[in-house]
Amino acid sequence: MAEITRLVPQPSPAPTGEVEEALYAVRQKIYPRAVTGVFARWRVFLVLFTQVVFYGAPWLTWGDRQAVLFHLVERKFYIFGLVLWPQDFIWLTGLLIISALSLFLFTAVAGRLWCGYACPQTVYTELFMWIERRIEGDRMKRMKLDQAPWTVHKMLVKSAKQAAWIAVALWTGYTFVGYFTPIKALGTEILTFDLGPWETFWILFYGFATYGNAGHMREQVCKYMCPYARFQSVMFDQDTLVITYDRKRGEPRGSRSKSADRIAQGKGDCVDCGICVQVCPTGIDIRKGLQYECIGCGACIDGCDQVMEKMNYPKGLIRYSTENALAGKYPERTITQHILRPRTAIYGTLLLVVMTAFSVTLAMRTPLRVNVIRDRAALERETSDGLIENVYRLQIMNMADKPRKFALSVAGIDGIRIEHDLKEVELPALGSRVVPIDVAADPANLKGTHTPIRVNVEARDDPGVKVETKSVFLAPAR
Amino acid sequence: MSDFTSGGWSLYVAVLTLVSVIGCAVFLKITSVKRDGAVDKIDTMGHTWDGDLAEYNNPMPKWWMWLFYLTVAFGVVYLILYPGLGSFAGVWGWSSVGQYQAEQQRAEAQYGPIFAKYAQQDLKALSQDPDAHKMGERLFLTYCAQCHGSDARGAKGFPNLTDNDWLYGGEPEKIQESIANGRAGMMPPMGEAIGGEQGVKEVANYVLSLSGANHDAALAAAGKPKFETVCGACHTPAGTGNQTLGAPNLTDKTWLYGGSEKTIVETITKGRNGHMPAHKDMLGDAKVHLLAAYVYSLSQGAAKPAQ
Repeated sequence: MAEITRLVPQPSPAPTGEVEEALYAVRQKIYPRAVTGVFARWRVFLVLFTQVVFYGAPWLTWGDRQAVLFHLVERKFYIFGLVLWPQDFIWLTGLLIISALSLFLFTAVAGRLWCGYACPQTVYTELFMWIERRIEGDRMKRMKLDQAPWTVHKMLVKSAKQAAWIAVALWTGYTFVGYFTPIKALGTEILTFDLGPWETFWILFYGFATYGNAGHMREQVCKYMCPYARFQSVMFDQDTLVITYDRKRGEPRGSRSKSADRIAQGKGDCVDCGICVQVCPTGIDIRKGLQYECIGCGACIDGCDQVMEKMNYPKGLIRYSTENALAGKYPERTITQHILRPRTAIYGTLLLVVMTAFSVTLAMRTPLRVNVIRDRAALERETSDGLIENVYRLQIMNMADKPRKFALSVAGIDGIRIEHDLKEVELPALGSRVVPIDVAADPANLKGTHTPIRVNVEARDDPGVKVETKSVFLAPAR
Repeated sequence: MSDFTSGGWSLYVAVLTLVSVIGCAVFLKITSVKRDGAVDKIDTMGHTWDGDLAEYNNPMPKWWMWLFYLTVAFGVVYLILYPGLGSFAGVWGWSSVGQYQAEQQRAEAQYGPIFAKYAQQDLKALSQDPDAHKMGERLFLTYCAQCHGSDARGAKGFPNLTDNDWLYGGEPEKIQESIANGRAGMMPPMGEAIGGEQGVKEVANYVLSLSGANHDAALAAAGKPKFETVCGACHTPAGTGNQTLGAPNLTDKTWLYGGSEKTIVETITKGRNGHMPAHKDMLGDAKVHLLAAYVYSLSQGAAKPAQ
């Protein structure tokens, strides 16, 4: 069994000879060392890509409105040309299912890709760490600064860093709230000190969350709060690509000169430089094997590869590999052949099915919704002509982006009709209206007290846009 | 007002709550230190699963511990400010009744001026105002549609408010009176006074003849004198009705309970007891005023059915 690193401070013996040990550990701050390499470049690219999208999207316009806007007050979600109503919630559910299935799929294939490259916690921590590096300096400088006494210089540097962090955090909060209420109007409100209480609260809340999580909590979120780390073990299998240290190749570790013959000296490839530990954002030693704290960022791979290159050893002492490959079940070069296996095939198929259903149903959505509500207490009435009349209230929702006229009709009983010459209603773009209709039928044509009827609403300019709803026509017992 | 008969229960609840909340903090403090001397051995939680799977007892981060203490502190502060310790009302004196009253006051402050503005306007003018119309419509749908239908065209026993046939008068002030004070549309059973089953049949046919409906002429002729002497007291001998009493006009084609012979016979034999509840106390004068204007507008022809 591997040795464990206890994070407890050393116990101080009590006077009576009892030993007291605190069970809650003070956090040891981690100073990740900067690293460059293939995976570092991927991470930078993804930070830039995700943040350009996140910070940029609310500023795009579509016609005369914001292109991406989840307008909570209006209760409409705008995504470019698509307008989603609360009744379209099922597609949000579909989106969540697609997200979950794709997460399971790529995690089964290549481990914690989400954590290491795309998760906002990682992305914002990297952003804040970059700011810290630019202002405070590299790893050694940062550690020295923290140990130094409080001089004017230290105060200035620390204040500059905090100011930069707070500025980024507030801008993030502002952008986030700008997805839910028009961002330009929000900006004007901020500048004129006219911000409403709720907007203020949420901007500060998200700003504080960004500042707290990315500036201070960092790996504590991954290690203690996020459930994803804990259930990764059920999403991995022995063919999942994980970042791992090649123990067979690296051990026994030890420093040696570059020109030395390591095989003759009986040493493995690992020079015990400790760079893989220094670059790790969660502060683990990957040489101990797969750990739940490892977010799969690949910084240790980049760090070790650089050293291997300097030593003229082959790269990949720390690399992506699978448990089965390391155990020798198949050669490493055939790893990709094992990507397709029952687990991934099932996830992939399910994902494909759900994505197809999602796209097809969304594309074929009828831009019209109708609910029919029968008048409750006043069940039915007899008109002066001897007809039986029921009152219904139609809630018609025009989900198209333009005003439309809709034709109303009823069917289900011989001669049933809508009274008072109500044949047509007009609705504004993205509007909804309640239209009461009086429906009359000749009692001679009625077969009982309850007769099912159908109410049809059809767009005048497009017969394809129509909805038929069912209701019941009541008549007195004869 | 406490539902408990003894004040001792309040103390019981208070003590239990405080002991639990503060006990959490005490428990946390006690268990955050270990005293057993052996620190070198690898410390596991003590259970093994699947043969050799064990769980280390690694320390939790200190910030978690401080967050826990913070929640305990929050709990204590909360219990001082809000009710939670038995019948102690809390320093801020919050109650759900108080919250409701505060909400009512806010609504009164916000909507009161609007209602007051409309309450002063003349009903006929108000019936033309589109905003007042919308408010009246919403009020109607909430309070009146259950009986009169959401299109206000009524049902058996509940008058049609969109026509020009009024039992008590269709002037705006009369409508307001009906809504505010209610109406009792009582017709006494007249079977005995009219002359039994045969007499009722004759009078019913005469009534049908008044509005030009199909009837038996012989029976109607026999019923005419009976109608004029007995029924005419309320309905006038000509049958045109009396709005002071609320006696319907029998010469038109509008029937509150139905115009078939069978229904008219039932009406005469058993009487009728229509009841319009008084809304003054429930709604207040301002809302009644708006409703009166709205209902009046319905019978003026230009108004559309309720939206």
